[in-house]
Amino acid sequence: MRYSALSLLKNALGRNLGWSPVWREPEPKPHYDVVIVGGGGHGLATAYYLAKAFGVTNIAVLEKGYLGSGNVGRNTTIVRSNYLLPGNEPFYEFSMKLWEGLERELNYNVMLSQRGVMILYHSDSERDALIRRGNGMWMEGVEAELVDREGVRRMMPFLNFDHARFPILGGLLQKRGGTARHDAVAWGYARGADRLGVDLIQNCAVTGIRREAGRVVGVETTRGFIGCGRLGLAAAGHSSEVARMADLALPIESHVLQAFVTEGLKPCIDHVIIYGAGHFYISQSDKGGLVFGGEIDGFGSYAQRGNLATAEHVMEEGVAMIPGLSRVKVLRAWGGVMDMSMDGSPIISRTSIDNLYLNAGWCYGGFKATPASGFCFAHLIAKGEPHPAARFFRLDRFERGHLIDEAGAGPQPNLH
Amino acid sequence: MASLISCPHCGPRPKEEFAVRGDATLLRPAPEASDEAWHAYVYLRANPRGVHVEHWQHVGGCRRFLVVERNTLTHDVLSVADAAEVAQGGAA
Repeated sequence: MRYSALSLLKNALGRNLGWSPVWREPEPKPHYDVVIVGGGGHGLATAYYLAKAFGVTNIAVLEKGYLGSGNVGRNTTIVRSNYLLPGNEPFYEFSMKLWEGLERELNYNVMLSQRGVMILYHSDSERDALIRRGNGMWMEGVEAELVDREGVRRMMPFLNFDHARFPILGGLLQKRGGTARHDAVAWGYARGADRLGVDLIQNCAVTGIRREAGRVVGVETTRGFIGCGRLGLAAAGHSSEVARMADLALPIESHVLQAFVTEGLKPCIDHVIIYGAGHFYISQSDKGGLVFGGEIDGFGSYAQRGNLATAEHVMEEGVAMIPGLSRVKVLRAWGGVMDMSMDGSPIISRTSIDNLYLNAGWCYGGFKATPASGFCFAHLIAKGEPHPAARFFRLDRFERGHLIDEAGAGPQPNLH
Repeated sequence: MASLISCPHCGPRPKEEFAVRGDATLLRPAPEASDEAWHAYVYLRANPRGVHVEHWQHVGGCRRFLVVERNTLTHDVLSVADAAEVAQGGAA
C-alpha cells in the first residue's frame, strides 16, 4: 500500500481496519543470489539499494532478533556530515544527500529534521581545530559556518557561557545536520526492500559460514542451511563473532555506548548541540524528551548495558553545559554494542574470501551513515568494485598504512 | 562490569581506579618479523563475546599492570594477576 494523505484519510474513515502488514514473513528459500547477515539499518538499506538501484532482487536479510532490534533502534538519531578527513567527508555528505531525499524515496516518513548541528568550542585552539574541520567540509562542497559567542547565545541562551573552566566561545554549525526518527529508518528500508521482493527473515541467527574451495556457499542458521552466491556481513557490534565463522580476524573491538532520554518537556532545545569540552551531545525529540549521550564506557563489552560511572560522567557533562538539566528526570538509558575499529573509521570492503563482503567498524557513528552505507555496500556487492564515496573504507588499509584516523588516537579503539 | 576488581597488591577496589589497555593474549613480534605478523599484532583482535584476557593498569592505586580475565558478556571478573609475574611464568 502506498502511503499518502488520501490513504490516511480513507483508513481513518474505515476505522483503521484497512491497513495491511508492512512486510511479509517468508520462510527461507534454499538459495539466494545475495544473503545479508544483519537486519539493522545498514543491512536493510543494503538490501533495498541492491534491489532498487542495482537490479539484484533474489536477496535474503537474516536477522537473529527482530528487524531494527539493535543499534538502529537505540541511538541518539543524529544526522550530520561535518567530518574533517578527505577519506570520510565525501561519504558522509553522500549520506546527507540521500537523507534529504529519503522520505520521497521510501514513501515513508523518517521525520528528518534539519535543525542544525552545533559543535561548541571553549578555547582558541579548539576554535582553530573547528575552523580546520569547517574548511575540510568546504573543500568537499559542504556548507559550514563558524558562529561567535553572541551568535551561539542568540540560538541557545540556556548554555553555561561563563563556565569557569570551559567557557563557551563559539561553535561550528552545520545547518543541514539534524535528527531523524531512528526506528522509522529501519522500518522504511524494510518495507521498501520487502516491496522489491527481498525476503526479510527474522529470528534467524547465523551459526556458521559454509565454504567450499575458498568460496562461501551459504550460511548455517537456526532455521537451517541457506545457500548464497554472495554473502554480505552487516552485523555491527557482533561483526567479529560473525567474521570468526569464516576464520577472519577483524581490526575491531566491541565496546558499549550508552544513550539516555529524559521525561518529555515543552520545546526548549532547537538544535543538536555537541559539547566540545567533553564528548556530550543532546537534542530534543518530537515527543519532547531530551536525547543525549557521551563517550563509550571504555572497555570491551557485548553486554548491551552500560555502567553507572559513565552514566554519572555523562550527566555531569550535560549539567556543566546546560545547568537547567539538573532539574530534568532521566527516564531511560540504553547500552548498545559498538564495532569500534582501530582507526575510528568504517569498513565497506571485500575480504580475503572472494564472495564475502564486509560492512563493519561504524564505531558510534553508524546511524547517520545508514543510507550511504547501504548504497555503497550494495554497489560493492553488485559490481565487485567500491563506490567512489566509500573507496577509502578498505579492510586492507590497516595493512597498507592508509588509516583514516579523525581523532589521531592511533590503534586504540576505546580512544576513538 | 563487575564493580570491583581484586588487585593482587591492593585488594578489592572499584573498577573506576583501573584503566584498560586491551587484549593481553597478543605477543609482541620480533622487530624483524614480517609485516603480516606486525599487522596482526597492532590491528587484529579476537574480540571474543565471552571470556577474554586483558591488560588493565591500576592507575588509581599501585600503578601496576595486571592481567585480568573477565567475561565481556556478563562483565564477571574471573581472575586478576600481576602482569610481570605472568610474563615471568607465574600463573595467570
